[in-house]
Amino acid sequence: MVELLKRLTETDGVSGNENKIRELIKEEITPYVDNIHIDNMGNLIAFKKGTKEHPKKIMLDAHMDEVGLIITYICDNGMLKFGTIGIDQRVLLSKRVLIGGKVFGVIGVKAIHLQEKSERENVIKQENMYIDIGASSKEEAEKLVKLGDYAAFTTEFEEIGNGKIKAKALDDRAGCGVLIETLKESYPDDIYACFAVQEEVGLRGAMTASYKINPDIGIAIEGTTCSDVPGADEHMYSTVMGIGPAISIIDRSSYSSKEIVSALIDTAKSCNIPYQIKRTMTGGNDAGIIQLAHEGVRTGVVSVPVRYIHSPVSMMDIKDYENTIKLIKEFLRKGVL
Amino acid sequence: MKELLKKLVSVFGPSGNEELIRESIINEIEGFADEIRTDVMGNLIAVKKGTGSKIMLAAHMDQIGLVVTFVDENGFLRFAPAGGFSVTDLINRKVIFKNGTVGVVSYESEIKEIKDITLNNLYIDIGAKDKDDALSRVNIGDAAVYYTPFAENGTRCTSCAMDNRASCALLIETLKNIQTCPHEVYFVFTVQEELGLRGATTAAYAIEPYAAIAVDVTDTGDTPKSLPMAVKLGAGPAVKVFDQSVMVHPAIKNLMKEKAEKYNIPYQMEVLKAGGTDSGAIALSKSGVPTGCLSIPCRYIHSDSEMVDISDMENGAKLLLNILQDGIKIDK
Amino acid sequence: MDTLEFLSKVNNLAGISGYEKNVASITADIFKELCDDVEVDTFYNVIGKKSKKIGGPKVMLAAHLDEVGMMVTDIDDKGFVKFTGIGIDQRILPGQEVRIHGSKEVLGIIGAKPPHLQKPGESDKAIDIKDMAIDTGMSKDELIQLISIGDPITFKSPLIKMNDKMISGKSLDDRAGVAVMIEAMKELDKLNYTGEVYFVATSQEELGSHGAKISTFKISPDVGIAIDVTHGETPDAPKERTCVIGKGPAIGIGPNMHPILTQKLIDTAKEYGIDYQSDVIPGRSGTDAWVMQVSKDGVPCVLVSIPLRYMHTTVETLNIDDVKKAARLIALFIASLKEEKEWLSY
Repeated sequence: MVELLKRLTETDGVSGNENKIRELIKEEITPYVDNIHIDNMGNLIAFKKGTKEHPKKIMLDAHMDEVGLIITYICDNGMLKFGTIGIDQRVLLSKRVLIGGKVFGVIGVKAIHLQEKSERENVIKQENMYIDIGASSKEEAEKLVKLGDYAAFTTEFEEIGNGKIKAKALDDRAGCGVLIETLKESYPDDIYACFAVQEEVGLRGAMTASYKINPDIGIAIEGTTCSDVPGADEHMYSTVMGIGPAISIIDRSSYSSKEIVSALIDTAKSCNIPYQIKRTMTGGNDAGIIQLAHEGVRTGVVSVPVRYIHSPVSMMDIKDYENTIKLIKEFLRKGVL
Repeated sequence: MKELLKKLVSVFGPSGNEELIRESIINEIEGFADEIRTDVMGNLIAVKKGTGSKIMLAAHMDQIGLVVTFVDENGFLRFAPAGGFSVTDLINRKVIFKNGTVGVVSYESEIKEIKDITLNNLYIDIGAKDKDDALSRVNIGDAAVYYTPFAENGTRCTSCAMDNRASCALLIETLKNIQTCPHEVYFVFTVQEELGLRGATTAAYAIEPYAAIAVDVTDTGDTPKSLPMAVKLGAGPAVKVFDQSVMVHPAIKNLMKEKAEKYNIPYQMEVLKAGGTDSGAIALSKSGVPTGCLSIPCRYIHSDSEMVDISDMENGAKLLLNILQDGIKIDK
Repeated sequence: MDTLEFLSKVNNLAGISGYEKNVASITADIFKELCDDVEVDTFYNVIGKKSKKIGGPKVMLAAHLDEVGMMVTDIDDKGFVKFTGIGIDQRILPGQEVRIHGSKEVLGIIGAKPPHLQKPGESDKAIDIKDMAIDTGMSKDELIQLISIGDPITFKSPLIKMNDKMISGKSLDDRAGVAVMIEAMKELDKLNYTGEVYFVATSQEELGSHGAKISTFKISPDVGIAIDVTHGETPDAPKERTCVIGKGPAIGIGPNMHPILTQKLIDTAKEYGIDYQSDVIPGRSGTDAWVMQVSKDGVPCVLVSIPLRYMHTTVETLNIDDVKKAARLIALFIASLKEEKEWLSY
């Protein structure tokens, strides 16, 4: 399970460039599903037939894409300008990226010795940053990268502390991992596992996937904000690490269907799975899109708490991850609603 | 109209929790529609069958509310807003839960400046002694709405939830009074409008109407030093031209204007710079639906004391009825 | 009718989002000379269909007909007209000439306070649109016979030719794109192409691509080509966010555009020696491509943009050669598309 997470998080797949991660996931799930379809947006949709006689259609969604950068301009001096995809500009300074899957670059910042006092207190705007790939001219840079190349962080997966892991892209490779593990068993209802693209640029993949699938029920599986850190008030933690998967009642993109929320909570209680209710309304996810497909879909959101999402390095508790898998499996085993 | 309005504004129905208001409306309209059904999202759809093209009328039945997301050790409740609230709308207001528990909204008073307070600095106080006491009365996930008595000064009525129960009342009256009409009319009481026009999206998708008219409230510009807006309370229902969700199809806009003039119904033209309505969601459904909006002028929208003029609602109902009975034809 | 004639003709026509009826009708007449079939739908999308040989993909082109403008919000007692902007930068407004489209067209000017009457420092602050008014020279009583709240307002800014390549005027965003489509129709006639091509002059793009959303749903194309304008370079704009005027159309690269389809478009440009530039867009493209891409179960899209300076003003400026190159590129690209769609698979 942990080994899969390592491969999932260390594979690059910035929104719009999910080829590698899609290939990896496809290989992982092929033995367990009845068929696989890749749609016009690049969503990977796997179908697994249900065992009961009149199965419902359940769409499980986890997004494959991660936040990252895209090269927008090559300067005469060989430096690269970039655009951000889902990232807060303040986490960028002094980080390493991998461009186009092969070229290392660094986002440098002027040495502190060379800065004025006032400069040190101000945020450096993203428009003033650049990636240095060690090229000394535009021509040299053009041999290595091209406009539109995507760049992802180079963070390595590692176990840390007591039963935790740190990696990039736990939002939402954690969700992808949960979905892959879930597909290894059979359930009463038909499962459409959608590994969606471009969630980070506006929940885009889910739009076409949910149109195509037209499910009865949809569950988005996310890696969500966990802010139980110094400087945050308790009610602003959003979720707390280590106390189980988070069930959302209301978030930025949808109000979860009450029946689904009750069913999830009942499942957690009856199977002794720790769980929590997400405390803030922050964060949008694919459930918001799925809910409005065709004539309406009952939806819910289950998330693994992840600290520091949308930054180069995030952290998760393995127990939370395992309990999320357990919750989804048990929920499906009951033969939903 | 006033009695119906008074009844509707007092029914609990925050976005995502419209069960009770749906029941109430069903009770009102039973016997007047040929078919009544509820869809997956919870929209209430009442059909008056007919042989002509389909017209969809929409009035959202949800009201804005607060959803409890956290209870602290001392029994204070934190919440997520279901719908648009500003800090000044909420501080020191009373709210009420479905089971009748009443709370007061206040803020972390160490913050000195109003402009520095965000919704995350507010909490609901239900007078609980501690966390367990609070949870014995209210659960995480429960929603609360404003707690305001209905007040009337002649035709001017004030209450919470005029947005959008005033429109529901108008639509119910129209359903009760409609006689001959060259269309099949779908009276849709939508859900979750305040969360982004959500119910209307799926309802319109299923119905595929020829044309549609939404009914909602709109701002006025007739209070002291208000932001400029040409709509006034009591000057008649407003024909919407534009808001952030829709540019009303000129054919519908003109039709509504013409009918008001034909039947001598006072009316106003409305251009709303901020705010959206179900008409936006319906207009963009599938291959497009020419959609207009009949607006009820309302002061202090999204506060606990929204003020409407019954005469605007009555004139609005009259206008809508005449539009339907004459029939809607879109010439390109 | 060539590009310059078309743009001069439509420049004078008013068509803010939702009110494209007139300009749609004129555009439809022009489409009729070049297409097999033309329709103006309920939302004033103009849809022209061309087909030479059956058995190819269904391609939809989209360029928007609507322009940014304003709307009457009130008429005060002295007859001054208050208004709101629909897509406008309010800083361009003082001193503009406008036309109010009521039951009759009324000319007006957005007044600007002369410097003599301004307070010190006043000229350093932008005037808020709510403090502006249009002066028509009429009294309220005269005016309300002709116009009412909700009437659209457009700028009066005739097209000018700056030299034999550069033109400037209002609404080149995106009638220049419609001009590209018209040229592409002519170019396509010279080529062997298969399949059905739908040329859609869309409505209400400035409000969020509403016309494109509903027309794409109706047409259900296999491939989408959005044609819009992009920012042309000026001394005060960052190089990485602008394209060069006169160096050919910009091809959009990023999550909104299908990577394989986009590469094919670039390969077509290279094969035929057509100038092009790369325009990298990290997220929302701000064009019809945004809604086309997610229509139904998805439409692979490409984006071709004409570099244009001073977007959303009365002096939008571009190079006519870029329009011609874009048209040629698009026609050759369409001709290269085959029925089998496996090459588009990820």
